[in-house]
Parts: sequence; structure tokens; C-alpha cells
Amino acid sequence: MKEIVVISGKGGTGKTSITAAFAVLAGSDIVLADCDVDAADMHLLMKPDFAQKETFYSGETARIIQNNCTSCGKCLEVCRFNAISIIHDQYIVNPLSCEGCGYCARVCPTETIVNEIPKIGEWYISKTRTQGTMVHAKLNIGADNSGKLVAKVKNEARQITENLGKEIILIDGSPGIGCPVVSSLSGASFVVLVTEPTVSGLHDLIRVCQLIKNFNLPAGCMINKSDINPQKSKEIMAFLNENNIPLITELPYNEQFSAAMTMGKTIVEIEDKQLSELIAKAWNTITNKYV
Amino acid sequence: MKISIASGKGGTGKTTLSTNLSAYLTEKSTVVLADLDVEEPNSGLFIQGKLVNTEDKYKMIPEWKEEACTLCGLCQEVCNFNAVIRLGTQIMVFPQLCHSCYACSELCQSSSLPMISQKIGQISHYKRGKLDFVESRLDVGEEQAVPLISQTIKYIDQHFSQTRFKIFDAPPGTSCPVIEATKDSDFIILVTEPTPFGLHDLKLAVETMRSLNKAFAVVINRYGIGNDEVLEYCQNEKIRLLAKIPNSRRIAELYSRGELVFNQIPEMAQALKDIEDYLLKLSAKVLS
Repeated sequence: MKEIVVISGKGGTGKTSITAAFAVLAGSDIVLADCDVDAADMHLLMKPDFAQKETFYSGETARIIQNNCTSCGKCLEVCRFNAISIIHDQYIVNPLSCEGCGYCARVCPTETIVNEIPKIGEWYISKTRTQGTMVHAKLNIGADNSGKLVAKVKNEARQITENLGKEIILIDGSPGIGCPVVSSLSGASFVVLVTEPTVSGLHDLIRVCQLIKNFNLPAGCMINKSDINPQKSKEIMAFLNENNIPLITELPYNEQFSAAMTMGKTIVEIEDKQLSELIAKAWNTITNKYV
Repeated sequence: MKISIASGKGGTGKTTLSTNLSAYLTEKSTVVLADLDVEEPNSGLFIQGKLVNTEDKYKMIPEWKEEACTLCGLCQEVCNFNAVIRLGTQIMVFPQLCHSCYACSELCQSSSLPMISQKIGQISHYKRGKLDFVESRLDVGEEQAVPLISQTIKYIDQHFSQTRFKIFDAPPGTSCPVIEATKDSDFIILVTEPTPFGLHDLKLAVETMRSLNKAFAVVINRYGIGNDEVLEYCQNEKIRLLAKIPNSRRIAELYSRGELVFNQIPEMAQALKDIEDYLLKLSAKVLS
């Protein structure tokens, strides 16, 4: 089983649109996993049926049971996150600030603080409109532990891939370099980096490349909107060259990406031969040459 | 007054708006811009000011002192994050997983886990003309953005108490880093684009700001692509639309080179003026 993870560092480079296009091309040959769980968008293009839905609980949040509290103040004293405050003479936990370390409950002499495991999101197993299988999730607003939900989605996708006897999991990762990204990279067979020739695109590419180097992962790069700044595209290619990262393809700036999205479709399903061919070729290169 | 510029979806123009608006506002007001997108800080690429100060930022983690340790295992038991583990006759600490709650350190009977500081990133303070700019940059390999974001806001509070506009370029999404960046802001500007992805993530961002009880308004970037659903959504939800920035390949090209665009694109200058008018009225109210 091989895992192809698509990430970008910077948001808005076309990562999800390109991943969805790959998923349409691959159809039921692959299992698709949307690991960009914080503001997940893949479902808008793949129209999954949400056939199986599970609640995801993770971490802990403290709650003070008021009638047992003696107002000794120990909890407030040990909390490093300013999550406990006194409102109208009552000790209250602010769940958005609570990190769930459990220290307050441990030092409470009357055992009046309980740790509750909060619901932080939902995850789903679906059939997509192109008859592929897709594992995806929705993280609750302000939720901590997005890395754990990403790990859950990946593990489910692995299980399904094995059960179905498929070879490839295609994973849409999240932007940035923090815990959800690290979580989506774990176990990757190949990383597809989607970037754009802008100062930010290159800057963020350099940072994610450092990250994948730390994990020793093989990667290739796609430059989207490459003609918007040919000079910057050259700089990106020079950087890739220095770091032995192959360039998979360059895609021209094309507003058909947004037009396709508005129709709820991917770029390979609308009339744009040039882009469709480039993306199909890129997918073939990734699956035949690198994975 | 603290104003956060946020967006559910990445790449909608948060940094473009933050940098251009901050530079524009300096003509009439004192302004500090802070880049709180610490995982991928980009505002500095457009500001390129003169460095006036840098500070390394740390988080506290336990360090195992073998001598007095009885290997009782209490540290492992109290750590909710699996950051402290007893392996045979060793206690191992995993700094990336540590949330700096101090439980293992303070509950240890033999004081074998004193807290030490570990660098997680850096704050750099620049000046460009009248604009102060503070960049906050998480070290690659560090997974937690929140402690660095909170320390950066503290730096702003300490150094810019008299500054009229404190503009925060927030991280994308709706999870813990965004909450940390926006929770003590007076006003939030949500940047979106008129596409299905833009609308979907705008709805999440609106839900987030409503759950935090924040006053907010929307700016639509790349107006002209996609469809009218974002406009209709804002109307139906009675959300104030502060400005529309037109879709323009020229803006994209200037952005790609790291240039500020408002001096070269009149529509951008107009959008910024509309936003400034609103913010000046708002700040008169907030500061009074």
C-alpha cells in the first residue's frame, strides 16, 4: 500500500483542486483521504454521500462541579493556561482556554473537578460521485487536537484500502508546518508539493521542504500558475534542483480552475484540454515513476 | 484597537490585505502590523523594513535529572500528552508533545523534572517608514503555534500600548491557532473569495467569530471570479461587506514579486479607503 500526500505550505495554491482532479482521474482505483480537516473543502468537488458517520472524541476538558467546590483556589494556582477564573464567587473553567492537562483535577482536594472528553469533530466514510471511496472529517470550531483527527482519518483510510485490496491512498494534507501537517505526513510514500511562483509560495515551499527533509520523505513538486512570474518559477526550479526534488509539472495561470469549482467539478472534467492533459500526465508520472 | 485579519480558507488574500492596509493606514494613524501566521509568516516579504529588535521565544519543558529519581512513574501517569514516558530505568521527555502544564515537574516527589526553556521560534521587529512590523516565526519541527502566538501578542501589548491600530495577520482555519490570534481582538476582518471553497470556509469563520462573540465584517477578494453566492450569504446573514477587491492578474503579478499594490492599483486604494473610513469611526468608539 502506498500513500501519496499532497501538501503546499501556503494556502490557496490549488492543492485541493489538483488533488480532486487526481481523484477523478483515478476513480475507484484509489482511496481518497481528506486530511485538511480544519476547513475541509474536498467534499465540495467530490460530493461524497456521507454514508457512514462517526463522532470523534479526543483530549480532555476540565469542568468544576459547583456544589462540591470549597473555593480553596488550588486549581487556579496550578493552571498555566489562564483557563480558570472566578465569576460571581464561583470557580469556572473556560473550555476554549483549557488545554486538558488535568493538573487542576489532580490537585483538587475535594475531587470536584472532572475531566470530560470533548467531541472535537466527526469523520465519514463515503462513496464519491465518481464511485471512489473517500474518508473525510469535519473538525469542530476552535478544536484542539486536529492532528489526532488527521491520524484517525488516515488509519481508517488504510484499513479500507487494505479491505478493498487497493494499492494507493491519495491524501489531501493541510497548510502550514504544524501538528496536522506532521500528522498527515506520517507514513507517506511520496509527497506532492503544490506551489506557486510568488514570494510567499517559494518561502513556504522552503519551510515545508525542511520539514519533509527531517522526515526523510521523497517528494516532487508541481508549480501552479507558473506563468504569473516566470522569474520566480525559475528560482523555484533552482531550489528544487539544489534539493534533488524533481519538478513534476508546471501548470499555467488559468481561471478555469475557479470556473470548474463553481460548477462543483474538477478541472479535468471541463473543456480545457491543455490543463487536463498536463494534470493527467502528472498523475501518471507520480504513480508510475515515483510510487 | 486590535484588528485581526482572518479567513477560513488559506490563500484568499489575508496577507495582501494585512500588508497593504497597514501601510495605507500609516498616512493618518499610528500602526503596528503583527504576522501571527507563525507557521508560514509571509507579511515580511512585502514589508521589508529595517530590523530594530529580535527576541528568541521559548516554551518550558521538563528535563530529567537522573540522580534523585526513584522511577516511581508518577510523571508518566500525570502527563495527558504522552510527553513523558518511563522506559526501563530511563525517563524520556518528548518536547514536541509537551504543553508546558508543569504537572509532572511540580508533582514529582524527588524534584527530578525541573522545567527548562526550549526555543520554539523568534520574534523580529522591523520599521518601514512610519509602520512598525512584528514578525513571529515558528521553528521548523515545532508543532505548536499557540505558545508563540500568545507571546507575540504579549510583545505587542508591551510595546505598542499607545498605537492606534494593531493589525494582526491571523493564521488560516478555525482551530486553536486562530482562536489564540483573534480572541482578544476588538474587530475581525474576514477575507474570502467568491467561490464555493471561499463561501464554505467563510461560513466556518463566521461561526467561529460568532462563538467568540466578536464584531466582524467581510472583504471579498478576487471579486469577479466564481459566483454571487458569497454576496447573497452576507446579505442574508446581515454581515457588513467592507470592500470588494477586484480580480486582477496585475495584482497577482505584483503580489508574486512581493510588492505592495495599492499605489499601483486605484481600485485597491479605494477599497482600503473604504475600510479606513470604517475603522476610524470604529476606533473612535472603541477608544472613547
